[in-house]
Amino acid sequence: MSQLTVPEAGYTGYVSEEHHHDYAGDTLLGFWIYIMSDCILFASLFATYAVLSTSFAGMITPKELFDLNFVAVETALLLFSSFTFGMAMLGAQKKNMTQLMLWLGITFAMGAGFLAMELYEFWHFTHEGAGYFTSAYWSAFYALVGTHGLHVFAGMLWMVILVVHLLKDGITDTNFTRLSCLSLFWHFLDIIWICVFSLVYLMGVM
Amino acid sequence: MNPVLRLAIIPLLLMLGGCEFLLFDPKGPIAAAEMDLIIFSFLIMMIVVIPVFFMTFWFAIKYRADKKDSEYLPNWEHSNKIEFVVWVVPLIIIVILGVITFKTSFSLDPRKPIESDKPTMRIQVVAMDWKWLFIYPEQEIATVNEFAMPVDTPVEFLITSDTVMNSFFVPQLGSMIYAMAGMENQLYLIADQTGDFRGLSANYSGFGFSGMKFKALVKSDQEFESWVSKVKSSPTALDSSTYKALSVKTKDHPVEHYATVNPLMFNRIIEKYTGAQNGQ
Amino acid sequence: MANKATIVTDPHPIFGKLTWDSIPYHDPIILTTFLVVVMIGVGVVGAILYYGKLRYLWDEWLTSVDHKKIGIMYIIAAFIMLIRGFSDALLMRSQQALAVSDTSGVGYLPPEHYDQIFTAHGVIMIFFVAMPLIVGLMNLVVPLQIGARDVAFPFLNSLSFWLFVVGAMLVNASLFVGEFAATGWLAYPPLSGLEYSPWVGVDYWLWALQISGIGTLLSGVNFFVTIIRMRAPGMSLMKMPVFTWTSLCANVLIILAFPILTVTITLLTLDRYIGTNFFTNDLGGNQMMYVNLVWAWGHPEVYILMLPAFGIFSEVTATFSRKRLFGYTSLVWATACIMVLSFMVWLHHFFTMGAGASVNAFFGIATMIISIPTGVKIFNWLFTMYKGRVRFDSPMWWTASFIITFTIGGVTGVMLAIPAASFVLHNSLFLVAHFHNVIIGGALFGYFAGLTYWFPKATGFKLNETLGKWACALWTIGFFMAFMPLYVLGFMGMTRRLNYYDNPVWNDWLLVAGAGALIVLLAICVQFYQIFASIRDRKKNLDLTGDPWDARTLEWATSSPPPFYNFARTPEVRDRDQFHFMKEHNLAYKQPESYSRIHMPKNTWAGIVIGLLSGVMGFAMIWHIWWLAIVSTAAMLISFIVYNFQKGKDYYVEVDEIVALENEHFAKVAQATDASEDGEYSVRQRGTPLSMPA
Repeated sequence: MSQLTVPEAGYTGYVSEEHHHDYAGDTLLGFWIYIMSDCILFASLFATYAVLSTSFAGMITPKELFDLNFVAVETALLLFSSFTFGMAMLGAQKKNMTQLMLWLGITFAMGAGFLAMELYEFWHFTHEGAGYFTSAYWSAFYALVGTHGLHVFAGMLWMVILVVHLLKDGITDTNFTRLSCLSLFWHFLDIIWICVFSLVYLMGVM
Repeated sequence: MNPVLRLAIIPLLLMLGGCEFLLFDPKGPIAAAEMDLIIFSFLIMMIVVIPVFFMTFWFAIKYRADKKDSEYLPNWEHSNKIEFVVWVVPLIIIVILGVITFKTSFSLDPRKPIESDKPTMRIQVVAMDWKWLFIYPEQEIATVNEFAMPVDTPVEFLITSDTVMNSFFVPQLGSMIYAMAGMENQLYLIADQTGDFRGLSANYSGFGFSGMKFKALVKSDQEFESWVSKVKSSPTALDSSTYKALSVKTKDHPVEHYATVNPLMFNRIIEKYTGAQNGQ
Repeated sequence: MANKATIVTDPHPIFGKLTWDSIPYHDPIILTTFLVVVMIGVGVVGAILYYGKLRYLWDEWLTSVDHKKIGIMYIIAAFIMLIRGFSDALLMRSQQALAVSDTSGVGYLPPEHYDQIFTAHGVIMIFFVAMPLIVGLMNLVVPLQIGARDVAFPFLNSLSFWLFVVGAMLVNASLFVGEFAATGWLAYPPLSGLEYSPWVGVDYWLWALQISGIGTLLSGVNFFVTIIRMRAPGMSLMKMPVFTWTSLCANVLIILAFPILTVTITLLTLDRYIGTNFFTNDLGGNQMMYVNLVWAWGHPEVYILMLPAFGIFSEVTATFSRKRLFGYTSLVWATACIMVLSFMVWLHHFFTMGAGASVNAFFGIATMIISIPTGVKIFNWLFTMYKGRVRFDSPMWWTASFIITFTIGGVTGVMLAIPAASFVLHNSLFLVAHFHNVIIGGALFGYFAGLTYWFPKATGFKLNETLGKWACALWTIGFFMAFMPLYVLGFMGMTRRLNYYDNPVWNDWLLVAGAGALIVLLAICVQFYQIFASIRDRKKNLDLTGDPWDARTLEWATSSPPPFYNFARTPEVRDRDQFHFMKEHNLAYKQPESYSRIHMPKNTWAGIVIGLLSGVMGFAMIWHIWWLAIVSTAAMLISFIVYNFQKGKDYYVEVDEIVALENEHFAKVAQATDASEDGEYSVRQRGTPLSMPA
């Protein structure tokens, strides 16, 4: 039999003073949870890719097409853009608008460069006879790499919207929370890309 | 397994509907073992279920609000003894069932060859829209929606599909297994009684699914041989043109016999989907 | 209907695949249904306009971000969809009762129609009845139980709701424009692929599930953050009410499982729309991967539906036994165990696919292990009743009926978990009986218990008890009559989804099952009448105090219905049964001396607008009306950006308004008298309806 607690004197059942709720904390946790679910989304795509990794159906194989040097440049662009986003965040913390905008701009440019290279690669592969319709392997390849690319595109669109917000209101608390979320998102895409690089490209040429 | 258990439950079922209970009227050792498993697992779980039913009624009556003479402990919320029992008893049952599950997963594995004095016979099965094609590579005959097998002879069914997913199932002989295009599933069955048994597709496959039934004819060796000669005397052969005609979607397809068939036809049907990938 | 007319190989540039032939106006059943729906629709809209309620509806409901109102809207939508899903069930039962091909012919529904019906039945009952019921109850109850003023992201909550509505609308649209999938509720490829299902039915399935699934995912994130971060001070995790605990676990499952569904559906969409080869028969496609992926979502989904129902039973049993819940800690751990295990058992849905013996054994044993914590829960509820004072109000009827029914479902579940037994039981009517046994006898009875239990909290008056008990009795009898024969038929070797059969012995049992379905129909009618009669007689059933059941948790500490800000002062929690604790220490029903202003979110147009635009997008995609798909997607994006830039999304409720509302509440409380006839064990309870002044 358990003992029931006895309330202390002056306890009314209600807080004596209402506290301000930390909404930014909610947003960050919520965004973090969203990223976790996005992780599952990518995990499912990776699993799909793994299952179909030898389903070439007699068609062209990745070994014949993958160019690691090209992918290395892509990777470098994306990884370095994570660093530049970090610099942008430092600027935001110091409330230094110029630094923030400058580094955000560089990040955006690198993201755009990455996307352009990826699109070129897709065009090139399709041209060489490896379209998404060629075999189950290539379907899985385009779905996985393409979904990552779509995320990068969404991140860039978000960056544009955020820049407008920043130009309108400056580095307010709300905008800083937004920036922190985008930063999480951008680094997350980096981590996914590292997995893509190792599992798709490195193992693809092996 | 335990014949006592069987005795306990089968009369009840037979009273209900005679031998229409296909799962409790097995015609082969695999189906019999699966029936025993169902009955045993049901009975062992009664160890928990009967007390639950009893307690539900007992507590509901004894502790209902207007029975004020029953004990009332509004703050009682924990008892190590009860917690122990309610975790451990189900645990023990599941351990027992787990061991049985593990053993039967291997002993009744569809891919496990059946030991017998007689050599294993092979029948290739193709699910089509919406009928079953049976190819006998050794006898070089083929049939649609009907197959025969000799009694007490292990049969290796090799199963594929030339359409969507289906499931090959003869309830009185035992296990079912999926038929999928480009793949070959393997199922060993054996019958210990002769008779005509129902077979069907157990996985929905489109508008003609309800008509995807077939007859499994279990015959003595001589009867089987005469059945084979009967099929061989059929006027049609299964070649690429008759196969193409057969591939047209049909519902409630009648039984058909084909006097000859290319023994490699089954492999061709699989390779149609795998392409050069495996190229076996 | 799946006729050739709906296959348009060369879509029109403006209308895509949509032609006049897509509308099945030649089918009298569908035409009549359509006319009835149109008439009801016109009637409802006309009434709204006639009484000038459009503004009210828009301001107070459609744009609302209030979790209580969103919860109520979810539940209303679920009941509307229940009518549709249950009509499908009746059609199936009557078809199977008639269709002995040798004697009475093949029934009245051709497979082209029947196969759509069983697909729609499964999809509707899981996605558009069970899910909204449970998400609706979570919306209604969880913030109140944890002493919060709203959910963490009120706009997202509204958006989730509208995405769900759009999914439901697309499924219903398929009845009148085009057709629905005829593939079974999980649409296994290659049957659901373009080669074998070239019509729009599967596309309706894809977009309805994709859109509502994203809504569910957003809900999952929202409620997870709400429960983790917005609990009242003092409410540690182990002081959370069990319903909140089970909701938390269900939301973790949503967050982890729904992305898998999103991916699976997307891949099938790509296969159908642009010609990828994920699940095709040829070019290396792998149909087994689809089955694995879809069940890796599907099995956790079962527990998303079940766990909150377990929570409801825990609340109800403790309240109506007038006793603390027995074994709270082990209930919480049992829930957590089930949550983890539910991701490790998906393969038991297809033991017959041909995996190796060791794989089958692993998944079989993992599945059985789930029955241990589940069994523990049953015993916990039983021992909560033990040495209690059990009142048999209708929520307790549902609970008792649940314990018996669900136990049977558990037994058959363990039988199906044994791979070698599954080799003969799989895809039979035994399986159909099993999952209806757990989903109706487990989840749905739980939702009904919860709806009856929390109805006064949402509306301010109780449901009619007599009718509630009739509904429960009829549901139980109808359920047993409808589904026990299916177990028998499973043993007779009858498989699911048969349109007709040639075995007259089966027919007797199917006639019994059909009669059972009619009793369930009666039960549903009683439920609708119960709601109508309760609203009509609401004055007799008023809940003046906010605590009509002498309940234990925090949601009963505020008025019924609660003010839009839920709690005028944030509660400070000391006990697991916080409100019972307050009553015990004479702290309940005491008006605080002062209030401070409250920060609240404003209603927003964005949820409904973005939601409905997604519906336009889905419809356009289904019919290959590419320009409209592009325009509506762009409009969604623009609406979202406009909302994003909007200022002043929140405001403060001033003290004057709070004081006025609270005074009104405490005046009502003063009207209620002590429920002295129950005084022996409930001295602190005020104002049960029995003691209501006339």
